Amino acid sequence: MMVLFIQQVLNGIMLGSIYSLVALGLTLEYGILQIPNFAHGALYMMGAYVTFLLATALGLNFWLAMIVAMIVLGLVGILVERLVYRPLMLESHLSSFIAAIGLIFIFGDGVLNIFGPDFKRFPPTNAQAFHILGITITLQRILIIVVTIALIVVLQLFIKKTTMGATIEATAQDMEGAQLMGINVSRVRMIVFALGTALAASAAALIAPIHLVHPNMGGPVILKAFVIIILGGMGSIPGAIIGGFIMGLVESLSGGYISTSYNEVFAFGVLVIVLTIRPTGLFGAKG
Amino acid sequence: MGDKIFSLKNLIILLLLILAFSIPFWVSSRFILHIIIMCCIWAMAATSMNLMMGYTGQINLAHGAFFGIGAYSSGLMILKLGINFWPALALSCLITVFVGLLIGLPALRTKGSYFAIGTMCFNVIVTVIIDSWEGLTEGARGLLGIPKPAPIPLPFGKAITFTSIGANYYLILISLLITIFIIYRIVHSMMGRSFMAIRGNEELSESLGISAMRTKLLSFLISTFFAGWAGALYAAYIGFLSPEISDYHVTFELLTFCMIGGLGTMVGPLIGAFILTIISELLQGVAVPRLVAYGFLLVSSPSSCGEE
Repeated sequence: MMVLFIQQVLNGIMLGSIYSLVALGLTLEYGILQIPNFAHGALYMMGAYVTFLLATALGLNFWLAMIVAMIVLGLVGILVERLVYRPLMLESHLSSFIAAIGLIFIFGDGVLNIFGPDFKRFPPTNAQAFHILGITITLQRILIIVVTIALIVVLQLFIKKTTMGATIEATAQDMEGAQLMGINVSRVRMIVFALGTALAASAAALIAPIHLVHPNMGGPVILKAFVIIILGGMGSIPGAIIGGFIMGLVESLSGGYISTSYNEVFAFGVLVIVLTIRPTGLFGAKG
Repeated sequence: MGDKIFSLKNLIILLLLILAFSIPFWVSSRFILHIIIMCCIWAMAATSMNLMMGYTGQINLAHGAFFGIGAYSSGLMILKLGINFWPALALSCLITVFVGLLIGLPALRTKGSYFAIGTMCFNVIVTVIIDSWEGLTEGARGLLGIPKPAPIPLPFGKAITFTSIGANYYLILISLLITIFIIYRIVHSMMGRSFMAIRGNEELSESLGISAMRTKLLSFLISTFFAGWAGALYAAYIGFLSPEISDYHVTFELLTFCMIGGLGTMVGPLIGAFILTIISELLQGVAVPRLVAYGFLLVSSPSSCGEE
């Protein structure tokens, strides 16, 4: 009984790590776009495919493949910002919204046409299992949690301790004000997109050896990330981290004790209920 | 409003109507007629989406779910309860509106991005439920063998039957025309003006005595009504339903139709639905990534959205 519970909690923390990374990228991008970047899930999926290709076709070491995938996706993020969102900066939010949906079509269907709809199985990575007091956990799952915490700490240090980080925060708070203070807003936008998509790619790479890689893998994850940033307050970094872990725990516990086929219904059901009571999210500004 | 009856616009509409009604007489290919029918169904769904999105300015990303709810509720009533097609059609529209009310009341308290994400999550919930509730919906196996619309009895022992593709075409064409007519009348009424006021500036219109909540809910419910209707027609025409018909990709496709043709215009969704449906039906079998093309259209078109 207790063993099952601890097992589910560990799984929840592992899932929560992935959700936190995705939600972090999304919340950073929200700060500068002012709309949720719907294409974030598609970029997450691309991250998994790039890692998969590097690890299988080129036979790279998993960690090297993950780092290269983060760099590649970071560059893709910059391109997306430059070519798609930048020209729409002065348009209504609806325009960026529609463009984001267009990006989902391009990436999602593009990958589907190139790699086919079938599930890709990642070569076994860090599959050694540890058995402690009846609990089984593989090395990869432990590493997911460790790497996520490391990435979160590095990101926090970057934002709180460096000048570049301070300019990102300033821009998210007030873009015009930041511009008046002499901050190069277009450079900040670029860096935020690179960071956001690289975080998504890291999450996808980390989970790829455990789950399968397929063209629709981004959909459920990104929707949960939306739920997380809405509940945690759009643009809030601690909200995204804590919300991510809560979401992971809710999902694995409800899956373990109630039913797995309805786990999306639980997650989105919570969102609908919260929005009914507080239309701007739990930690969002009153509006 | 004081327009001449014989204006150029009315002449064009008359010619288009004659063209539309005469199609079964000079188009003999079942395939082409099938494509035109699909165009009409999607045009109906896109037109109703446009009322909420184009005229009221609320990004409702659950429209595909309402289409699916209409389709499934009429399909299930006909197959499992043995109800005649016509009452099932009416009931499925009402069921869709009822679900719309349940969702609209909480969802419409939110604004902008929150509303978009909330409705999109609802869309996913609907698809998951249809997919998982196998006892009712047959899940991923899909709902098979939905019969064509029941015949309408006429006096003197005759009846209008819907066994031919031409009869189905007229049924769907007339439904589309009714949808266009009603939405046109709404848009050009005081109600439509209040919708557009909300689109322009919600706070300002509230200060003028327009209840934002009531107005948005009304627009939302009208648009779900027609989405349910289009879904029910789809179910009877195709005869097969699978959970994908309620998927949020359907919502995105409808959104593409509206965007390409022009959001917030009467003809926009029609043009978008016809052009894109024809292209994608003709490209079936050809290995062209259709959605990639849609994507590029969407990414490059936003600057033309709506008449702001």
